[in-house]
Amino acid sequence: MSAKTQSREFSSTRRFWLKEHGIDSTLLLIVPALLAMLVFFVYPTVYGTILSFHPANKAGFLENYKTFFGDPYMRKSIFNTFRIALPVSLVNVCLAVPVAVKMRHRVKGQRAINTILIIPISLGTVLIAEGLYAYLSPNGWFNRTLMAAHIIHAPLQMLHNFWGVMISLIISGFPFAFLLTLSYISGINPKMEEAASILGAGPIQRFRFVTLPLLAPGLAITFCLNFVLAFSVFPSANLLGNPSGDSHVLAVAATDVISQSYDYSMASAISLITAVCEITVVVLVFAIRSRFYTGSTTGGKG
Amino acid sequence: MASLATPPEVQVKTKWKISKSPSSWLVWGAVIFFFINLVGVIGTVVVSSFGTEWFDGWLPAGWTLSFYQTAWHDYQVAELLKVTLKVAGAVVLIAILVGTPAAYALARRDFPGKRIVMLCFLLPIMLPPITFGIPLATFIYKLNLGGTLLGVIIANLVPAIPFVILVLTPFIEQIDPRIESAARICGANTWQIFWRILAPLIVPGLLAAALLVLVQTVALFELTYLVSGPTSTTLVVALYYAVFASGIRPYQAISAMAVFYMLSTLFILIVALRFVSPTQLVSRVRNTSEEKN
Repeated sequence: MSAKTQSREFSSTRRFWLKEHGIDSTLLLIVPALLAMLVFFVYPTVYGTILSFHPANKAGFLENYKTFFGDPYMRKSIFNTFRIALPVSLVNVCLAVPVAVKMRHRVKGQRAINTILIIPISLGTVLIAEGLYAYLSPNGWFNRTLMAAHIIHAPLQMLHNFWGVMISLIISGFPFAFLLTLSYISGINPKMEEAASILGAGPIQRFRFVTLPLLAPGLAITFCLNFVLAFSVFPSANLLGNPSGDSHVLAVAATDVISQSYDYSMASAISLITAVCEITVVVLVFAIRSRFYTGSTTGGKG
Repeated sequence: MASLATPPEVQVKTKWKISKSPSSWLVWGAVIFFFINLVGVIGTVVVSSFGTEWFDGWLPAGWTLSFYQTAWHDYQVAELLKVTLKVAGAVVLIAILVGTPAAYALARRDFPGKRIVMLCFLLPIMLPPITFGIPLATFIYKLNLGGTLLGVIIANLVPAIPFVILVLTPFIEQIDPRIESAARICGANTWQIFWRILAPLIVPGLLAAALLVLVQTVALFELTYLVSGPTSTTLVVALYYAVFASGIRPYQAISAMAVFYMLSTLFILIVALRFVSPTQLVSRVRNTSEEKN
């Protein structure tokens, strides 16, 4: 009798302890997603990391990395990637915020504008690259229009260099940034801005001290997602840029190794280098984000 | 009641100010410039697919439909469409089914190791697809799934599941947990709370997530490119090969192929926008606040 009571007591304390730490049956909901990630993301990544330390030519375990950093052409791909990805993501987010701020107010033809803005995402980088190739060419409509308007006298060279890649990433990345920002901004209760307005805040103050802090966590995610898109500029760099020159980015370097020598070990090493570069930026962004307000954006009392 | 304190005059005044400020004009100017270039890019592809020859001048020398026939047969567009739909459908379904419960648990519970779990879901999105795509492709080929439909679906799920979680977690966080507590006090179990309370509230987020994953999967190039084989090539990968190997077939045929791809993605987009529009998501907050007024 007493043993039974004791065990019941014990199990109830344990359950209490678990509950205190937020562990209950709700957590089982994570299991399928977590399992999928462990099998198809974590395991292959660990496997690839180990593989990168076993060079194909059986040299020392750092051989792949020595090759990469010893070769100025390979080494420069890190710089090339950052030079494209950082400005592109900044431009996209900086453009998306004011447009999203305007769009949340009722505007005529809003639905049409949103729909058109979403088209480039659904088209993807390959199609945008294909279209831009003809559009930006010396004979294309872009140069023709500028020349007909006497803005320029000779066609701008925007293909097979840095600019073509940049433009293609803005066309496919800006709407993505916009859609995300819009979804975050629509989660902010307009009552907060109204309250600020009643307290005498002008539009700039309302944006700076009310909307922006509430939007900051969403903006951090938007920036990072855009940065990722821009960081793997593989199709646009190959089709629009100069893949052996200033758009020889990390993704091009990695796929070149695979398609030319089937060296998965070296390719994994380049993947790892790409990942480390990218994570550094994301960690920085989230470190900045954590200094801002985190919590409900719907406001306390209605 | 507190909302009645806002006099309607103030709102009207603010609206008028916003629509006339110079910053508005700047924003609209930028948007219009973006639209013009977008139309130019897409227009170039469409016009060139109908043209006979286009070397110089604003428009091609003549018009023809024959390149569509060439593209349809040479690139086996029907087969590509079938594969793309199968992959996208499977990915969206599995990602939503697996991702939604996880998003709920992550939004509502704090538990030891949450950061590590969160990192597991964040990394596939935060990393460029090409970085984990290369090891993943090596792994999928080791499983003898390389080049198969299943292999392509698995590869596409890796970013899709975390994407659903990432989109839905903030949505669920916005839903006041007191609603659930109230339901629980009234005797509802977790399952009932999920279907009766949460599901109706997260439908906009769910549809947005599904739409984004669908559109993303159809357009996702890198992972499919690394994993697919001759029988599991999606439309976008085939388009890349066509553009990359340009010179084998006339440029107009590649443009026609691009138009096929464009039409299929736009079709998906239009269908998706019938059920969820970003405008709806925008106006949802406003509508409810106006109803309260």
